[in-house]
Amino acid sequence: MHTTLAFLSIFEGYTGEEVRSIFVMQSFSGLSLFAVFLLMALGLAIIFGQMKVINMAHGEFLTIGAYTTVFMSDLVEKSVPSALPWYFPVAVVAAFFVAGAVGFVVEVGMIRFLYKRPLDTLLATFGLSMILQQVFRLIFGAREDSAVMPDWLMGSWALTEITEIPINGMFLLGTAIGVTGLVYLLMYRSRWGLRVRATVQNREMAGAVGINTKMTDRWTFALGCGIAGVAGAVFTTIGSVSPSAGQLYIVDTFLVVVFGGAGSLIGTIASAFAIAQSQSILEFFLDGVLAKVFILLTIVGILMIRPQGLVVSKIRR
Amino acid sequence: MKSFIYNKALGGKSGTIGLAVLAVILLLVFPLAMDNFRLNLVGKYLSLAFVAIGLVLCWGYGGILSLGQGMFWGLGGYCLAAFLKLEAARNIAAEAGSDQINALTTVGLPDFMDWNQITELPWFWYPFKSLPLTLILVFLVPTVLAYIIGTAMFKRRVSGVYFAIITQALCWTMELLFVTRQGWTGGINGITDLRTLLGWDIQDPGNQRILYFVTSLLLLGCVVLGRLILGSKLGKLLVAMRDTEGRVRFSGYDVANFKTFIFCVAAAMSALGGAMYVLNVGFMSPKLVTIEPSIYMVIFCAVGGRMSLLGAVYGTLAVSFGRTYFSESFPDLWLFLMGGVFILVTMVFPLGLAGMVDRLTGLVASKASAATDAPGLETPVSEPVSPPPA
Amino acid sequence: MSLPTDFALAVENLTVSFDGFKAVDSVSLYVDPGELRVVIGPNGAGKTTLLDLICGKTRPSGGSIQFKNQELVGMAEQKIVRSGVGRKFQTPSVYPKLSVFENLEVSVPKGRGVWGALFFSCNQEVRQRILEIARDIFLEDELETEAELLSHGQKQWLEIGMLLIADPELILLDEPVAGMSVNERGQTAELLKRIAKGRSVVVIEHDMNFVRQIADRVTVMHQGKVLAEGSMDKVESDPKVIEVYLGH
Repeated sequence: MHTTLAFLSIFEGYTGEEVRSIFVMQSFSGLSLFAVFLLMALGLAIIFGQMKVINMAHGEFLTIGAYTTVFMSDLVEKSVPSALPWYFPVAVVAAFFVAGAVGFVVEVGMIRFLYKRPLDTLLATFGLSMILQQVFRLIFGAREDSAVMPDWLMGSWALTEITEIPINGMFLLGTAIGVTGLVYLLMYRSRWGLRVRATVQNREMAGAVGINTKMTDRWTFALGCGIAGVAGAVFTTIGSVSPSAGQLYIVDTFLVVVFGGAGSLIGTIASAFAIAQSQSILEFFLDGVLAKVFILLTIVGILMIRPQGLVVSKIRR
Repeated sequence: MKSFIYNKALGGKSGTIGLAVLAVILLLVFPLAMDNFRLNLVGKYLSLAFVAIGLVLCWGYGGILSLGQGMFWGLGGYCLAAFLKLEAARNIAAEAGSDQINALTTVGLPDFMDWNQITELPWFWYPFKSLPLTLILVFLVPTVLAYIIGTAMFKRRVSGVYFAIITQALCWTMELLFVTRQGWTGGINGITDLRTLLGWDIQDPGNQRILYFVTSLLLLGCVVLGRLILGSKLGKLLVAMRDTEGRVRFSGYDVANFKTFIFCVAAAMSALGGAMYVLNVGFMSPKLVTIEPSIYMVIFCAVGGRMSLLGAVYGTLAVSFGRTYFSESFPDLWLFLMGGVFILVTMVFPLGLAGMVDRLTGLVASKASAATDAPGLETPVSEPVSPPPA
Repeated sequence: MSLPTDFALAVENLTVSFDGFKAVDSVSLYVDPGELRVVIGPNGAGKTTLLDLICGKTRPSGGSIQFKNQELVGMAEQKIVRSGVGRKFQTPSVYPKLSVFENLEVSVPKGRGVWGALFFSCNQEVRQRILEIARDIFLEDELETEAELLSHGQKQWLEIGMLLIADPELILLDEPVAGMSVNERGQTAELLKRIAKGRSVVVIEHDMNFVRQIADRVTVMHQGKVLAEGSMDKVESDPKVIEVYLGH
């Protein structure tokens, strides 16, 4: 009851400038959340949106990326401490390749047998997610780990006296935008992207015109996992990593992709932005859980009205 | 009438044998072979099998995969737990005597409400003062929720993966609400310390044995009910809808109504399971209701065989026993084992244990006699052997 | 709006566009009770879309569809079916995991509600009716066969049987003889003539010999519009039709 009333009088007790600064800071923390959502969702939009694989282990690929970063940070700290300010970009790239490689192996060993049974991919990848989490636990221990952050990434940038923007958040956002741009170029402006889209839309036809659809699937899945790895690497700038860290984001990520309209890049971006922003702003005024509940129910409500998500193309079916 | 019961409810010869075997295992073998502690454990597992049976109906036959069955199971459990908690609170008040009641305690109020500075029973707790009302609500609350979700989704033709993800989100929503509205629900601890049902001690070992038998009988009842539904024209329509939804619509059926119906049946069965769980273990917690347990419930069903009502029971028992045994004996390895089993079952045995048994008996039967009795029009429901095209 | 007519089906000014592309463009079509009408036309002429519109699968952007003077536009699919319209799809659409008998049983127009279906009893009368239909569609020996095991042609027949058992007054058939042998085509032609007694049938077909065998009247569609209409002979000699089929 208390919180619902609070919702009506949320601005009481704040001056105009404070409200403005709250909005700027909250929307900036929303932007960080947006960046994580977007990075996670990009990979899943490819894997789920394009290939229709319900990858419940997608969160674990994020964790792989995060642990890769932690591992490199430890390594650099012990052997070449002088490189510490600059190892991070290398770690991001490494996270991409490690997660992508694991993804490639998973596709070969498991996913390729399940393409015709999308709901079954859910069960199998749930099993995979359990196994991966246990692997992390055995290698890195159950406690939370964090990477050493270069000084230039920490700290914040004072916009006005009471409005501060954290630098790691900006870095996060920058990476997300960069990766989105690359994915766009790859999927919509390259021969390879054309092959992926052709395979997804009409597998037989794509095969008939000489596209190796099996290899296309494999690389596409690996790419999606690699992007989740990048998400994990960047994630270490704002939080620590534990074996079950990936679980925190998996439901949100699916919702972002479904809400945006599976298979639509623009839809994914728009939906990641909408969900992250509303969550972060609502969170400040409501309590976190009510904000979450409110957003979940809103998404479900909107999906009832538009079952295909925000962005759909009208075609004869 | 006799043949109707034999064919439809029991499932003909093979169905009757299967049901009888399960009944003997549950009602004779387990009680004779196990001590009270183990038997209570089985009772706890069986309370989860209700969900798996519901999933066979709505997922295996109806093609509707819900990742939020924990919601309905939990609501059923919470409803009964609420009644038991009020009774427990009354008992505490009575034992303490009027002059000894702590100044902080409001008489007859559940302890967790007290801890959360709630001094008056919330209005929606009132119905749980009455057992008949509670028993109605155990079924009504989850079923009405399923009806609302089902109608809203299926009328809009939300299906498949989308439905699965939305039910998962709803399940999460419910967990969040139950955890945070501590004063109303007991928060993260749930509703605990439930001891008596109308003065009858549910923690007493002898009484727990009785509860085990009640659980088993209700479960067998659900299997028979499931058989009846699958044997009716509605059961065939479900299979028809799962494979060729458009055709059903153009045969003049409102597909959404049928999907909603079977989803509600699954919800009601789950709710019964949740209530039996509370009686068997004496508490209810939001941790049992969230996303992961809901996925486990799907896995029980998948391991047992998504097309087999009996398989669902065996699947639940096998996975639950496996989880308990391995997590105790090989704490570091059991997640590998469980994960491996799920992957293996999905990839190699999509029809689960039941599919394997079918294949084995099929081999034996075809060797023994090649087609002795050709199926006539009276053939009872046989459970199809190949997997649905998801 | 429109006055009551004697037509079984009166389609007027029917239009639908997908992203600006008019798949069906102000089509008007009148079918008499008991008439067997064949719609022909090159690929992409909008024939299947026309049937989709009539049976409610697709919503038109404009125009009206009157069945026995009842407006169908805006009605839910199952309501249109219950008012007496049956539709067979281009790729035979049967229930693969059910037997032929069960396929027909499920299509019996009784127990269409949830409770009705739950307590539906397959009594002697129903069984008789199923056997009768199975004989009509040449499948009386396949009653226990799972539908997915039938040949393509048999699936086509089964789907026709599933319509017949509901005894609709208007039947819409999308390429009923596709994938059939010459023999089967002959059988189907007879079947169609038989079922056309006492009801109206609209058939989409490419096989001109087959069309000649069955059609009362023929409608030629091209690029979403009606190009010509009349008897087979008249249509065949229409220069516009010849242009469409042989030209370019």
